[in-house]
Amino acid sequence: MIEVKNLCKSFGKNDVLKNIDYKIEKGEKIVIVGPSGSGKSTFLRCLNMLETPTSGEIWFEGIQINDKKTKIDTVRQKMGMVFQQFNLFNNKNIIDNITLAPVTLKLQTKEEAEKNAMALLERIGLADKAKAYPSQLSGGQKQRIAIIRALAMNPDVMLFDEPTSALDPEMVGEVLQLMTELAESGMTMVVVTHEMGFAREVGTKILFMDEGNILEEAEPQEFFNNPKNPRLKDFLSKVL
Amino acid sequence: MVQFFESIAHQFNRTFIVDNRYKYFLEGLKHTIIIALAATLMGIIIGIVIAVIKVLHKKTGKLKILNTIFETYTTIIRGTPVVLQLLISYNLIFLNSSNAVLIGIIAFGINSGAYVSEIIRAGIMAVDGGQTEAGRSLGLSQIQTMRLIVLPQAFKNVLPALGNEFIALLKETSVIGYLGVMDLTKAAESVISRTANVYFPYLSIAIIYLIMVHGLSILFNKLERRFAQSDRG
Repeated sequence: MIEVKNLCKSFGKNDVLKNIDYKIEKGEKIVIVGPSGSGKSTFLRCLNMLETPTSGEIWFEGIQINDKKTKIDTVRQKMGMVFQQFNLFNNKNIIDNITLAPVTLKLQTKEEAEKNAMALLERIGLADKAKAYPSQLSGGQKQRIAIIRALAMNPDVMLFDEPTSALDPEMVGEVLQLMTELAESGMTMVVVTHEMGFAREVGTKILFMDEGNILEEAEPQEFFNNPKNPRLKDFLSKVL
Repeated sequence: MVQFFESIAHQFNRTFIVDNRYKYFLEGLKHTIIIALAATLMGIIIGIVIAVIKVLHKKTGKLKILNTIFETYTTIIRGTPVVLQLLISYNLIFLNSSNAVLIGIIAFGINSGAYVSEIIRAGIMAVDGGQTEAGRSLGLSQIQTMRLIVLPQAFKNVLPALGNEFIALLKETSVIGYLGVMDLTKAAESVISRTANVYFPYLSIAIIYLIMVHGLSILFNKLERRFAQSDRG
């Protein structure tokens, strides 16, 4: 579904990603872990071109998305993204946050989009917040709404950039719960996170990144119980 | 005391009633309002376009030529007096037109646009980059994201500064008399030239300006409150 070939990304003289090759199949839940500054967020943001790769290729559903001729806006409609800082639109209430993109892009009529949004809000138990503004919600509520806002576009893959890192500890659970449900529904997911419990339970593959390279790739069992790379061993000994 | 009021009544009569002189003031008020409103509208449109193009240029490196043109425009307009800009428009640029009101609107609009563009640009820069990223990640184009998400928030940020600019513009129109347009200030001067009484006409138009500016402040306060809706916490 997503194929990354020889991906390099530098910011000035700083090489953040060094020749990354990776292939993500439909239905996989890829969890990316690693220390701060390892390039994992940059890698994720390259997947939907929020960062422009310095060199290399990124393919999504048979289209090279970092080709200049590709209409990236159309590609992004199929790639949902969830941010660390939620990024709900501050000038829109919750229902408008969810319906804005599908209606503006004429994928759904206003009525369809609102019905759809209400169903999603029901699903996460926040239907009563439809007319509230983002500033009136807790972090956990905001992040769950950010997730369904992305889902309202019916994406084929969901990208999560440290979705729980900005949350109060007691709100992490509700967000991970929703992400787990989403994983169980069969969604293809790429998740950058520090939540090792989530990685172990939900991930189908776990990637360990450091200094712009993927140092290890394994299924959760193998990854946590039998790490091979010394850098990963060191990392796990500190976070587990 | 009685004498004082008699004197006031006399002055009022001489300034406004005799020879229907109030018509000068009405005519002047009409021109002041027309020029201020039209120039404000023009300033907003110019300001938004320039601000958006400058920001897009800074972010993407595209639109280089337009950006250079607008940089030059801002430098020239902000670097020269508005009276001079009026005189140059009237006596050099629009030589073939004698419609001084229209020339005034254009000159003030172009002048205001330079200031408004910098105000709006500041407002756009103050909107968190995550808002744009969220819009783009949902498949909205750069322009759609700007129009639906960033600009409304930018406007909210800079509403007080915009209010200031429009108040300044309204008062600045008082120099349009240089082009022979009968605005409020010119009206007072015309009446003074006939009655040789200075203070009553001046004080009268001062009060009229004050009322208009105060009305604008109230309007902007209301707007601020409405925009602040999404901040209710």
